[in-house]
Amino acid sequence: MGTYIPHTDDEIETMLAFLGLSSLDELFAVVPEAVRLQHALELADGVGEPDVLERMEVLADRNRARTDRMVCFAGGGAYDHEVPSVTRALAGRSEFVTSYTPYQPEVAQGVLQAIFEFQTMVARIAGLPVANASLYDGGSAAVEAVNLGVAASGRQTVWVSEGVHPHWRQMLATFAVGTGHRIRTIPLAYGVTAWPEPTGADEEVPGVVLVGYPNYLGCLEDLGAVRALCDRTGALMVVGADPLATGLLRSAGSWGADVMVGEGQMFGTALGFGGPYLGLFACSAAHTRRLPGRLVGETVDVEGRTAYVTTLRAREQDIRREKATSNVCTNQTLMAVTAAIQLGWLGTSGLVEVATRCARATHYTRRAVLAVDGVTPWADAPVLREFAVRLPVAAATVVERMADAGFLAGIPLEGAVDDGSHGLLIAATERRTAAQIDAFADALAKAVA
Amino acid sequence: MGGHATVATPGGGKASSAPLLGRDAEPTLFELSHEGRRAWSFRTTDVPEVPVDELVPAVHRRDRPVDLAEVSERDLVAHFTRLSHRQFSVDLGAYPLGSCTMKYNPKVCDTVASLPGLAGVHPAAPASMTQGWLELLVQLEETLCEVTGMAAATLQPAAGAAGELTGLLLMRAWHDARGSQRHKVIIPDSAHGTNPASVTLGGYEVVTVPSDERGCVDMAALRSVLDEDVAGIMLTNPNTLGLFEEDIAEIAAAVHAVGGLLYYDGANLNAILGVVRPGDMGFDIVHMNLHKTFATPHGGGGPGAGPVAVSERLVPFLPGPRPVRLDDSVYGWAEPPQSIGRVHTWHGNSLVLVRALAYILVNGGDGLKRIAQVAVLNANWIRRRLHGVYDVPFDRPCMHEVVLSARTLKADHGVRALDVAKRLLEEGFHAPTVYFPLIVEEALMIEPTETESPQTLEALAVSLERVADEAAADDGPALVEYPFGTPVRRVDEARAARTLIPTFDART
Repeated sequence: MGTYIPHTDDEIETMLAFLGLSSLDELFAVVPEAVRLQHALELADGVGEPDVLERMEVLADRNRARTDRMVCFAGGGAYDHEVPSVTRALAGRSEFVTSYTPYQPEVAQGVLQAIFEFQTMVARIAGLPVANASLYDGGSAAVEAVNLGVAASGRQTVWVSEGVHPHWRQMLATFAVGTGHRIRTIPLAYGVTAWPEPTGADEEVPGVVLVGYPNYLGCLEDLGAVRALCDRTGALMVVGADPLATGLLRSAGSWGADVMVGEGQMFGTALGFGGPYLGLFACSAAHTRRLPGRLVGETVDVEGRTAYVTTLRAREQDIRREKATSNVCTNQTLMAVTAAIQLGWLGTSGLVEVATRCARATHYTRRAVLAVDGVTPWADAPVLREFAVRLPVAAATVVERMADAGFLAGIPLEGAVDDGSHGLLIAATERRTAAQIDAFADALAKAVA
Repeated sequence: MGGHATVATPGGGKASSAPLLGRDAEPTLFELSHEGRRAWSFRTTDVPEVPVDELVPAVHRRDRPVDLAEVSERDLVAHFTRLSHRQFSVDLGAYPLGSCTMKYNPKVCDTVASLPGLAGVHPAAPASMTQGWLELLVQLEETLCEVTGMAAATLQPAAGAAGELTGLLLMRAWHDARGSQRHKVIIPDSAHGTNPASVTLGGYEVVTVPSDERGCVDMAALRSVLDEDVAGIMLTNPNTLGLFEEDIAEIAAAVHAVGGLLYYDGANLNAILGVVRPGDMGFDIVHMNLHKTFATPHGGGGPGAGPVAVSERLVPFLPGPRPVRLDDSVYGWAEPPQSIGRVHTWHGNSLVLVRALAYILVNGGDGLKRIAQVAVLNANWIRRRLHGVYDVPFDRPCMHEVVLSARTLKADHGVRALDVAKRLLEEGFHAPTVYFPLIVEEALMIEPTETESPQTLEALAVSLERVADEAAADDGPALVEYPFGTPVRRVDEARAARTLIPTFDART
């Protein structure tokens, strides 16, 4: 019923006549009869836009865990942050939304300059000189970082902290089947990674070391120890950093990281049931020519005016083909532009402010939650914006009970760490009020009783 | 030229009518920064203001803030609005970029994607609290399977290239499960660059087969490389020349005969919706680009979504967890028994997926077929209309796109495909894809899509004719000088690569 095709029937007939055809079906004469679909697609006929909107609203209504109805204490790499009206308005401009990859720089300066500004902001957050134009999400950025690290070090053994997001680790395992990388998980002890000394055969020595900062449990890892390990082994140091936490924390680069990857959803992108999100990727100058994905550089036009263009194109799949180190083409540009706008809104003081507010809310929540009978800390290591606790009953059960009280209580640690069934990961952002947190602790006391 | 009278009123809207003011460069946000300015404001929370040194151990604390920009909200809005005025987009005008399917993106899909009950849902919320999302994903999966003729699909891959790699890992898992060690994947020389790159990341070796004089896979060459070491073949059909691979049934039979699998690159799926399905052609693995075929906006280079659909025998290997219908009205997650594992941090680009579903529901099964028909009609009209103006290397009915060539213009007048593209920008149209596919000299690949009216097509044709005439006439400014009226003129790409300035801080 709805259609976005402008042609009238008369126009179609005229066009067919121009081609010497009498029906639209004749356009497909080259398609052999044997493979052609002999019936209509078994899909409902089209309906009006209002009908579709109504159906979607019914489905949306079945999602109880929507942040406008359930107070969100879940994190795990996806956070309920403020998205101000200004970010929504600017990021929703159709010039950013409905353009393609900037292949013609003369008519794509808007997106190119926004990416250039985004790259600058990510590089500064990372404390590293180069950042790309984005990857799909945090996990895909980690996969690309490992591929870069293996190529740079020439060694296929990868040490991954158990504190790295469990889904990132699952992705690393998936893609290692194709690349042949050997992924070794280094377990946590008391919330932080217990790095062993590499021993034995050369192939046991890591070419890449990947650690979270803060890690999945919210704990602050000793990155000095990671740098020392990498110095001893010659491995590349890859830090999966929470970019918002750099409002307070040292940058990955200041700890000596060769590559920083991260999830950028927290900069203006909706929770959106997991996507589209924003993969952040920054590295030291030594690895610029191995950088995955697109990179925007500044240059001039023929009149000498400042201009922007995608550059070092020879790294990319469309030119290097089977010799390319990454197959990335489409990325998450709109989310990168959104992040540039959101970081512009935050500015220098705002990034500190939001990180501080998250840290305060988290510590206030942690204190309130640990005051509940039977709830104990999962780990003693210092945390910033997220923390894990051990509950007297299964965490999945508690999450269900808390939903009835109006809270998305957190993420059960089942499957994320050893023996995690009674573990719950809790995050409090700058949007959580003291009243919400107090009510959360009260509800938790009832839910675990 | 009676053919020119195919449209009642010439002159579709063009971006050249947009009032782009002036020729000044826009300063970066960092240059607009003034110390002490701010735009942010936060909720009043009454959370106690604990000093920072009690929150962060000294060893982890940074010395000074990350230097971002400091601007007012008003300046922020002005800056990004000005940037947006320096950007071509589908909403502004025709975007005949071959292989990219830059059709109009319906606004209703934006509205759907911003519903609080969809946009405001945390991805780790349990199934009991996300029934609407799960139902939606299952419905999309079923719909995409009907469109492609496949058994099941994963919605996780975030883009086409991610779908390709997922598909190759599925191919590998299938062969591994049968104890079959294979090393080679065949791709035609006309393939997208992501194909060979994905093959390498999938741990396979690329074997390239040439195209024949028809522009299709050379069957003899294909047969000569087929053996038991071939894991599969990756094909785009219609291929990147916009031509339907007529021998597809023979290709499928030959590849299957040696135990290989067929991978369908769905970049060109728009051409065949409701007409012919990859599954019926014999394909085992299919990726779709929802940001092409199903009109989700491309966002200046992303996000996309690249679901992968498979035939029955590959279903056990799909990435997990998968959204599934448990009974009539209850949905949950399930891990396929021999899953290759997770390929996305969460469930895929969900808000892109829901846009695609909304688009499909509005159009319906009948509307999808109409989309393919008119897309192919538009491309063939352009092919015929520009016949004799540009070379048509493979001069036979095309599907949704047509590959022209500036070979003669270059030989006779020194005007390259690139010059044609840049001159066309001045006309208010986005340029076609140039220099792809690689097997066509001076390629100009035009994909009008079904959403451009006959009037816009005529205006595009008139512009392309004018460009060719100017090239031949050799009067007025040389084509290499164009464009003049765009926010910047031709850009020094060599300098960008030679003296890399990837950030504001790298400026000297």
